[in-house]
Amino acid sequence: MADVTSSEPSGAVSSTPLVGGIANATIGVAPTGMTAAPLPARIRASMLLRCFAIQGSWNYEILGGNGLGFCVEPALRQLPGGVDGDAYKQALARQCGYFNAHPYLASLAVGSLARAELDRTPPDKILRFRTALCGPLGSLGDRLVWAAWLPACSLVALLLFGFGWGPLGVAVGFLILYNIGHVALRAWGLGAGWLYGMRLASALSARWLQLGPQYIGRGAALVAGIALPFASHRAIGGGPILDPVPLAVVALTPCLALLLVRLHGKVEGWQLLFGLLAILVLYSTVVL
Amino acid sequence: MPGFLFDLLPFVLLGAVLGLDVVSFPQAMFSRPIVAATLAGAFAGAPAAGLVVGVALECLALETLPFGASRYPEWGSASVVGGLIGTRGAQDVLLPDPGAWVIGVMAAIATAWLGGWTMVQHRRLIAHWARPRLDMLAAGSMRTVVSLQIFGLTSDLVRGGLLTAVAMAVAWPVTTWAIDAWHLGALETRGALITGAAAVGASAVWKVFHGFSVTRRLFVVGLAMGSGLVLLNG
Repeated sequence: MADVTSSEPSGAVSSTPLVGGIANATIGVAPTGMTAAPLPARIRASMLLRCFAIQGSWNYEILGGNGLGFCVEPALRQLPGGVDGDAYKQALARQCGYFNAHPYLASLAVGSLARAELDRTPPDKILRFRTALCGPLGSLGDRLVWAAWLPACSLVALLLFGFGWGPLGVAVGFLILYNIGHVALRAWGLGAGWLYGMRLASALSARWLQLGPQYIGRGAALVAGIALPFASHRAIGGGPILDPVPLAVVALTPCLALLLVRLHGKVEGWQLLFGLLAILVLYSTVVL
Repeated sequence: MPGFLFDLLPFVLLGAVLGLDVVSFPQAMFSRPIVAATLAGAFAGAPAAGLVVGVALECLALETLPFGASRYPEWGSASVVGGLIGTRGAQDVLLPDPGAWVIGVMAAIATAWLGGWTMVQHRRLIAHWARPRLDMLAAGSMRTVVSLQIFGLTSDLVRGGLLTAVAMAVAWPVTTWAIDAWHLGALETRGALITGAAAVGASAVWKVFHGFSVTRRLFVVGLAMGSGLVLLNG
């Protein structure tokens, strides 16, 4: 669907579970023997705020590595010697190396890596753990957010439009719905990362994370089916459905959609639509 | 001309902020077409028409999955362009002018494609800026980490603003011409545009959710329900 320009995409959509290990982990409760001293609220708030800019310096040299270091940095100030100490500098340097994951689930990495650094885990172990996180966090986040939650919220917004909601209601409704999931996921990730530390597999094997995309996808598909006819009808101006133009829309839309499904991988829908609209412009302005 | 440029300034700033939202900060999806085009329409005094333009663009954006390092259309700044261009002449009415709507959607598609290219160039620019500073990063310099972050965010803001300005400068005169020269009826134009947009949206749903069991059947059931309800209401 997208033109990949790098060999390191954050992940691909897959329906297989990504992380084995402890299933049914209870969110917010540390497994036996895992007690973490709470992060001071000010540092936690600073890290969470920085997580919203984790992709601010994303580049083809170290991908999101600098962003990860930027997010972990407030916690590293707790290391012996503070910002001028060797421990701080070595830890910050480790966290700024090559890293790539889904931006929302990267907060899990931020929390767990901050905990690992403050627990004074051996550096080689931290680096191995850090590298191992990229694949699962990228793949799981892509499935959960980009391929499920975001389209689901878009489709709900289209449904609201189809039901006659005004501009403010549709836009604000979409933003509230989407960001409930977005902000909650980032906040949960930071907390769970800190709580589980380097035993993050337990958090990642939670049922809601593994099965969430599937349930959201099913709901969104049903909503999409209802939303598209309503939204299309309103966007052409309403009116009797049995008039020639609405009937033509009803007849032609599935045919064109099927053609696009058949052409999957060869042409994008927006490319085809651009070509069709160019023909329409020529017809309406030159031919008529 | 100066007055015209001054009028476009809020849209350039909006395009910059919404372009930033796509990847860099805060990814709260203000940049989704259904929000961005509505905002642009509101700035132009036509929020209802902006929403309608946004609905068409949202159907197209459904097929964009913004996976990591891949190149994909940038709909944030593009939707501001589409929202402004598409709502020309639509103040105090609920639906866009047909010619402006078509050109607005085309302008948004072209801007989104160009925006995807600018995002790749932006990532290369940050890499170019970071390369001589890798030693400082390896030494654990907080100043370097923060400056790299600020450089990335600022340059992305500038990228979005420039993209919006260039796209509007090109699309504005084309729209002026298209509004005057448009001969196809409003209902027929809207029907053609929505047929295309809804088809892209439907095919995107079919493709995006294909990995989850029974979703296609649920989609077809939903379509039957939705079509039936529209028929009953219409």
